Amino acid sequence: MSREKADNLQKAKEKWRAGVLEPFLKKTGERKQRFYTTGGAPVDTCYFPGDEQDYSACLGFPGAYPFTRGVYPNMYRGRLWTMRQYAGFGDAEQSNKWFHYLLAQGQTGLSIAFDLCTQIGYDSDHEMSAGEVGRVGVAIDSLRDMELLFEGIPLDEVSTSMTINATAAVLLAMVMAVAEKQRVPWEKLRGTVQNDILKEYIARGTYIYPPAPSLRLVTDLITFCSRNLPEWNTISISGYHIREAGSTASQEVGFTIADGIAYVQAALDAGNDVDLLARRLSFFFAAHNDLFEEVAKYRAARRLWAKTMRNRFGVTHPESMMLRFHTQTAGCALSAQQPENNIVRVTVQALAATAGGTQSLHTNSYDEALALPSQQAATIALRTQQILAHESGIANTVDPFGGSYYVEALTDRIEKQAEQYVDKIDKLGGVLMAIERGYIQREIQEASYEYQASIERGERLIVGVNAFCGAQSVKPRLLKVDETVEQRQIERTRAVRAERNQAEAEGSLERLEHAARSDGNLMLPILDAVRAYCTIGEISDVLRKVFGEYRDRRI
Amino acid sequence: MGKIRVVVAKLGLDGHDRGARVISRFLRDAGMEVIYTGIRQSPEDVCRVALHEDADLIGVSILSGAHNALVPRLIAELERSALDIPVVVGGIVPDDDIDFLRSKGVRAVFTPGTPVEEIVKTVNAIVEEKRAG
Repeated sequence: MSREKADNLQKAKEKWRAGVLEPFLKKTGERKQRFYTTGGAPVDTCYFPGDEQDYSACLGFPGAYPFTRGVYPNMYRGRLWTMRQYAGFGDAEQSNKWFHYLLAQGQTGLSIAFDLCTQIGYDSDHEMSAGEVGRVGVAIDSLRDMELLFEGIPLDEVSTSMTINATAAVLLAMVMAVAEKQRVPWEKLRGTVQNDILKEYIARGTYIYPPAPSLRLVTDLITFCSRNLPEWNTISISGYHIREAGSTASQEVGFTIADGIAYVQAALDAGNDVDLLARRLSFFFAAHNDLFEEVAKYRAARRLWAKTMRNRFGVTHPESMMLRFHTQTAGCALSAQQPENNIVRVTVQALAATAGGTQSLHTNSYDEALALPSQQAATIALRTQQILAHESGIANTVDPFGGSYYVEALTDRIEKQAEQYVDKIDKLGGVLMAIERGYIQREIQEASYEYQASIERGERLIVGVNAFCGAQSVKPRLLKVDETVEQRQIERTRAVRAERNQAEAEGSLERLEHAARSDGNLMLPILDAVRAYCTIGEISDVLRKVFGEYRDRRI
Repeated sequence: MGKIRVVVAKLGLDGHDRGARVISRFLRDAGMEVIYTGIRQSPEDVCRVALHEDADLIGVSILSGAHNALVPRLIAELERSALDIPVVVGGIVPDDDIDFLRSKGVRAVFTPGTPVEEIVKTVNAIVEEKRAG
């Protein structure tokens, strides 16, 4: 905009404010004294064309630096986002049936939930596993379980995302071993391991080892895959759990990008090529209720990451600056009261994710504040995505909110605030130091307390929770995890231990211990142990012995 | 009567402790002493902390669905240690399980969306009743 035009606009704006808006407000007032986004950013009455924003520097074109408007030039006109529902419960046989059902319903990729024992490296017969087996995901103890999980699912045809962190290397090794049995070459394996251990210390809690050896496992996996599984996304740097723990939208972006910086640096220190590495990074964000703020958040995250990769790490390939991400709708925004209302919340959230240019999406089921999703609820969640994709028109053009004065202002604001968090973490000496000092955790807790307090004060209305509570709703039929799963799983694992070649299993564990004590890459020793039907608990125990266990002292 | 002492405990392997931390802070705001155990506690761990801290009440937070297995174990452990400490539970607990937990001696179950005010009122009432003996 020319200087003259901008001045004229500014004058006209002031005239409108004084002559139209203010007299109107004097007469009628507003519903609230101040308006805020869900993430706590103040919101103005109306937004106007900015006079400082330079289109090509701040926005640019889709598929080009700084990728504000999207990572691909035509986005969903070419290929829709991947509809990837997170699923898994009970044992491998049950989950396998469920995966076949989802694929038959038109889902286009698998996303596997593991139970907490699997995530923390305990076998199903470990004393800490009691009551947890098969609860929040599928129980996997050994390669035998993984073979059952992928029965009839060709690994070269379906991409597989696994929410697994501390034990990511073990689970990926199991996938590789199943691929060998299916005669699928590793180069054809497509999928993602979450493999983001930093956010486990910050927000999610499924860590095993202290941060330094954990980071080594992360980078060993990245290094190994860059040579052997070129199509595999080796990390999914996750803001989702940070947001679910109560952060604001800006914190979600800032802390996630700070984690991303730490991973790139660690992988570079381990000798990886920056461009090879950068192309296999992926991100994972939440979609909360505030439609505009969420759309702005994804745009801000893309722009900040592109700048970070270019300016901090000096990458030159545009592809290495692209922030590709998965989205899940916000579990914390679901209510147990009047659960059918959640279908509407999920629709708004999914709209935000797709308007924000996500590469894949999980939509929550409306009954998830009560239990794991039932088949009926999970089907509605998938249908929600299909309706958005095929009926809403959202997939017809790129970045449909681009140029909205409001969304552009929010995008700028979130990027700036996120950048300030990254700077602050730099000053503290990086993410590991910031976690150790409890800085990130404290910031999140403060935000989550403030969020809850605003609900308690009645400033923030949640329909069916602190407002409009009257109507009785129908009780949904909930999924019950079969109580016999735990015993069945324990028996299967004990049978695996009894039937395997014991000398081979023990030998592989000894070689793993030796490798862990040296500084060699641990992927192949772990793969050997997996092939020998060592269990996840046995493999993790070897590493516990060498690395020690992490305890959160910040209470 | 001294301040009410509450042990807030994460039982089992679940690492989601936003709720436990937020509730701890609101209970403190309401004038209670709160001891938060941190994540990954066994029933035996929680019993030990409650004993050490001379707790008036234990608030268990579980979102993993393991409540039916773990909470009765905690109550049995308290009984074994001759500790008469009321237990309340917060988390993702289906209605059928609420009945089951109550039948095992759980005094109250709070599901997502419960107003903090109600939690504070319930905790106060349970502890007052117990202190009145």
